[in-house]
Amino acid sequence: MSDYLIQQIINGLTLGSLYALVAIGFSMIYGIVRLVNFAHGDLLMIGAFTAVGLVQAGLPWPLVFVIVPVVGFLAGALVERIAFRAIRGAPMITGFIVTLSVAIAIQNLMLLFLGGQPRNFSFPSWFRERVALGAVEVAMIDLIIPLVTLILAATTYGFVRLTRLGKAMRAVSENVLAARLMGIPIDRAVMLSFGIGGALAAVAGLFWGGRYGQIDPLMGFLPGLKAFVATVIGGVGSIPGAVVGGYVLGLAEILVVGLLPSQYAGYRDVFVFLLLILVLLVRPHGLFGALEEERA
Amino acid sequence: MRLPAGWALVGFVALLLAAILGVQWADDGYLRTLLALALINVMLAVSLTLTNGFTGLFSLGHPAFMTIGAYVAVVLTYPGRRKGFMMPELPDWLMGLEWPLWPALLVAGFAAGVMALLVGLSVLRLRTHYLAVATLGLIIIVEGLAVNLDGITRGGRGINGIPRIADLWTVGACCLLAVVVAWRLKHASLGRAMLAVRENEMAARCFGIDPFRLKVMAFVIGAVFAGLGGALIPHVIAVLTPGSFGILLAFNLVAVVVVGGQGSIVGAVLISLAISIVTEFIRPLEETTQLFGLTQILIAGALIVVLLWRPRGLFGVGEPLIDPGRRFR
Repeated sequence: MSDYLIQQIINGLTLGSLYALVAIGFSMIYGIVRLVNFAHGDLLMIGAFTAVGLVQAGLPWPLVFVIVPVVGFLAGALVERIAFRAIRGAPMITGFIVTLSVAIAIQNLMLLFLGGQPRNFSFPSWFRERVALGAVEVAMIDLIIPLVTLILAATTYGFVRLTRLGKAMRAVSENVLAARLMGIPIDRAVMLSFGIGGALAAVAGLFWGGRYGQIDPLMGFLPGLKAFVATVIGGVGSIPGAVVGGYVLGLAEILVVGLLPSQYAGYRDVFVFLLLILVLLVRPHGLFGALEEERA
Repeated sequence: MRLPAGWALVGFVALLLAAILGVQWADDGYLRTLLALALINVMLAVSLTLTNGFTGLFSLGHPAFMTIGAYVAVVLTYPGRRKGFMMPELPDWLMGLEWPLWPALLVAGFAAGVMALLVGLSVLRLRTHYLAVATLGLIIIVEGLAVNLDGITRGGRGINGIPRIADLWTVGACCLLAVVVAWRLKHASLGRAMLAVRENEMAARCFGIDPFRLKVMAFVIGAVFAGLGGALIPHVIAVLTPGSFGILLAFNLVAVVVVGGQGSIVGAVLISLAISIVTEFIRPLEETTQLFGLTQILIAGALIVVLLWRPRGLFGVGEPLIDPGRRFR
């Protein structure tokens, strides 16, 4: 394999990791409250801005890496409490509109207070140092991002599968009414899933800013949508599905752009959404999704 | 007080005429553009009510069909002598054309409808939330194509110098057409069947209704009007860019339909007019305070409040001001 191809694959894995981080949250939230949360991508943006703010305030990087997910967790839980709790159980369309409204409100509030100018964002230089990995050289950050992603994904999956609270979350996603009758604190379980999703998205935002160098208030919307595409590819509601979907999408996106002649590079987003429509037609429930029964 | 439907229609036409005549008489270019855009917005909102409100679909695809309609119409009406410069990669047989507006509108609506049929036949099998994301994807696909086919669309720079040939009469007629079609449809068996699909798809199937066919139909009819609206706008404001009709527009249109009430035609008309007027008053405020984005925040906030308070929108499926029990239903 040529160096070029290997570099493209590495880029694809990095991008895929970021999609996967956002997609996990998407998938959890959908699984638990059947809500496609268009505001989820904006938590990525909030994570990135938090990181820049903290760095400018002079905090050391390790601390930034700790505080950003905490802020993401709080932001996710807060959004749930303010906007989404009241519409739980409302018709699906209502849910959609409210999440879209929240997304647009968050974006425009950020635009109002911070302006639309992109800001520079850079990781300390050792992140960009290249390390030899067998025959190829890889930038440190391209190792760190997939590694952290996999650790976080595994932790989240373990949490949902193995802990009591995780079990409660799964129960709620199975059947809200039955879960409530069993004395499971629904509100806490739902808020927790939004919080975890928010924390993961904020970490993705931190990486996104550091990897691509610039952040702006509208940066979250398109990655958010694409993460949803990743969720759908993997099968909505499944955490491993979201991770796989993220990597499939990231690799496919980068490889299409990297391997096709350069005049087609502009069709990147076109390709992503065509892929979505194709997947939906061939496997409407994604690679890992379960069939949802239709109730009268 | 509630009017019989026939009188309500007469009243609507009279108001439309009064507004158009008034603006023509005032002879103010700014007012004329404002009224034209407001009427086009009414038309778009009503057509989206037809697609989303009646059948309970959740399509965000209107801007995609508007973009298609807009480029088709502009290619047809653009002055022939400037085409070589603006659209160098246009095929020869299109190069010489310089159509008047009406036939171009027809072709634009037709193109959007055909596109909707092709997309609809595949995508409408999907359930609500997937449909929303797929149609959102459609906006991005169409926008991406418009940016990249720059031999015809001039890419992100957009096309300018489009002849301003959409006068208020044309716009008013299109708006009226959308309202009448939606009204007649809603009160015919076809529209009733659509509402049944929205309320309970399985029950509708039990009555021998084919939900998929009705969904495709509602999707296509809505898209035809979207194509018309998209074709009209560049002929009012003289410019067209790939981003002219984007996700934000989809959101605003859906907001109008949801706030007005899913399936309420009067609701869609009133709310879209109200938003046009309110936006016009907020704009100077936005400019003086430098708080750009204020309108969007207000719309989003109002939407959340309305939905928390009345989850089915202000008017539900009902038609305020109009007596349901009279003829011309």
